[in-house]
Amino acid sequence: MFGGIDPTLLIASLMVASVPILLAAVGELVVEKAGVLNLGVEGMMIMGAICGFITAVETGSPALGFVGGAVGGAVLSLLFAVLTQVLQANQVASGLALTLFGLGLSSLLGQGYVGIKPPLSKPVPFGPLADIPVLGRIFFSHDAFVYMSVLSVVGVWAVLKYTRLGLILRAVGENHDAAHALGYKVRRIRVLAILFGGAMAGLGGAYLSLIRVPQWVDGITAGAGWIALAIVVFAAWQPWRALLGAWLFGGISVLQLNLQAAQAGIPVEYLSMSPYLITILVLVIMSSRRGRAALSAPACLGQNFHAAR
Amino acid sequence: MLKLEKRPSPSVFWSRATPVLAVALTMVAGSAMFALLGKNPVEAIRTIFWDPLFGEFAWYLRGQLLVKAGPLILIAVGLSLGFRAGIWNIGAEGQYIMGAIIGAAVGLAVFPTENRLIFPLMVVAGAFGGWAWAMIPALLKTRFNTNEILVSLMLVYVAQTILAMASTGFLRNPEGAGFPGSRNFSSYPAAANPELIAGSGLHWGGVAALATVVAAYVLLQRHLFGFQVKLSGQAPRAARFAGVKPERLVLACMGIAGALAGVAGLFEVTGPAGQISIDFNVGYGFTAIIVAFLGRLNPVGILFAGLLMALTYIGGEMASTNLGLPSAAIQAFQGMLLFFLLACDILTNYRIVPAAKEAR
Repeated sequence: MFGGIDPTLLIASLMVASVPILLAAVGELVVEKAGVLNLGVEGMMIMGAICGFITAVETGSPALGFVGGAVGGAVLSLLFAVLTQVLQANQVASGLALTLFGLGLSSLLGQGYVGIKPPLSKPVPFGPLADIPVLGRIFFSHDAFVYMSVLSVVGVWAVLKYTRLGLILRAVGENHDAAHALGYKVRRIRVLAILFGGAMAGLGGAYLSLIRVPQWVDGITAGAGWIALAIVVFAAWQPWRALLGAWLFGGISVLQLNLQAAQAGIPVEYLSMSPYLITILVLVIMSSRRGRAALSAPACLGQNFHAAR
Repeated sequence: MLKLEKRPSPSVFWSRATPVLAVALTMVAGSAMFALLGKNPVEAIRTIFWDPLFGEFAWYLRGQLLVKAGPLILIAVGLSLGFRAGIWNIGAEGQYIMGAIIGAAVGLAVFPTENRLIFPLMVVAGAFGGWAWAMIPALLKTRFNTNEILVSLMLVYVAQTILAMASTGFLRNPEGAGFPGSRNFSSYPAAANPELIAGSGLHWGGVAALATVVAAYVLLQRHLFGFQVKLSGQAPRAARFAGVKPERLVLACMGIAGALAGVAGLFEVTGPAGQISIDFNVGYGFTAIIVAFLGRLNPVGILFAGLLMALTYIGGEMASTNLGLPSAAIQAFQGMLLFFLLACDILTNYRIVPAAKEAR
């Protein structure tokens, strides 16, 4: 015990707290690897949160709720895909539109669902493993999504690094003209990447409303989508470092909540602004290392592709 | 099949026509949304777009139009300069809050002194607050190449926390029986921002908005800085050869946007809002992004776009009291408008032609 904070519990809850931003960040990482900058993560997350919540409450099944969340996020991202890939709209502006629209629509959809408890998700039964002191609590006491989020990092890393699909995706993001000349369908690949990013952000949002909080409140994401975007920069577009980033931010948000509860003598306001300030600090450190961030970013990030021929 | 063909230069006709088309499409899609919510779509659209201007309570609501449009136009004009040059300041909401806090703090510091210079001083302080808050992402961008989109947005959350601290702590009304919120400026004439013409809704913020539109128009048409802004957006490489310093452009665009947002916040807090409270900000900083695009990043266009967006705010409130339309519906409606606008923009930059049948 350090000042009323139990480190075992802290690490265990850090893993839970990092799941939403990790899922969203991994999705966005794939999108950006394909050369698309989707700033609508916050909007897709919150749509996932409300769609997942509604599905879970109406069907009584948390699993179906997560499916609903993923679908909600993906449907919203489809709007972005149409705007940027078919209608050639500016990606930054379209992403902002997605966030503004998502925040409004989610609050509209969620009107009848304030104050309701969603069906509970159970932790994965690990049997005797969960009874190991300290380690059991940290590693074997969570719901399935904690493990799935880590597996998604492994999966995305392996696909990007070792498969043909990953190679094509990176080619499209690094040089869309060359990829087009080789006969790859640049826009089709990008649309699929955007949909994947939307589904992942939706899952992250559903995790917030179904497990982390768990209830529906307006603006439930509170900037988590933007932090996920920052984590992609922090990770220099590498999946493993996204995991590290998500745990770092999960840790900070859990720690500040614990410090608030423990009344550590630091004013609550300073604690609650700390995740945002630390995000800024990390972004500054990452981008100030001469050109590192600029070099690792996909070369065609944020540029629209229009085949002249 | 249809095919897109890039226009050699953007169509002037379509660049004027797309906002109108987008508004029309939004009304159609919005009607569908209202119908899904179980409301009569025709009545809803009429309540939002017609009644505030020509309905029973128009005498009052027309004034509200200027109250709401003022801050939107002030912020959007500032943002549009940066957007033109590819500088994405999306944290205007934070700059708006900080301007309001700093400006109000100056006024409250000298309470209850009566002096004509107090209000102008507060306006300057408000501009400084917004400017200083915008300088954080701007300096980080120029010094460390940090992404200004993410930093400016994170600072909105920080500003909101500071606002909570101000209204429950250092700016709380000492005679307010412990309730959060500062002294009300309406009872402090030297620092208040009252209606200038009774019933018009025009306060100093509206005057400042009009002056800003004129100034920005002149700046963009007649001044070297305006030329540099436009050049940097359209041809960044050419801008560098022409001697435009990107760092100075970032600092200037962010600084102007921040100062205008700060002033808007100060006018709001001393006038319509009346006091610093936890939730005096209602998202003008974000809606102004839509206003800037709807006005085609053009000062005159933004004037009209701001009035239209103000109309949706007022009409939305009417619709929520009269028809029971959820207040979130209007937010979704505004978001939809930005979607259609961006979608219609394809007509400005591309020609839609039937695809040639023969093999290439």
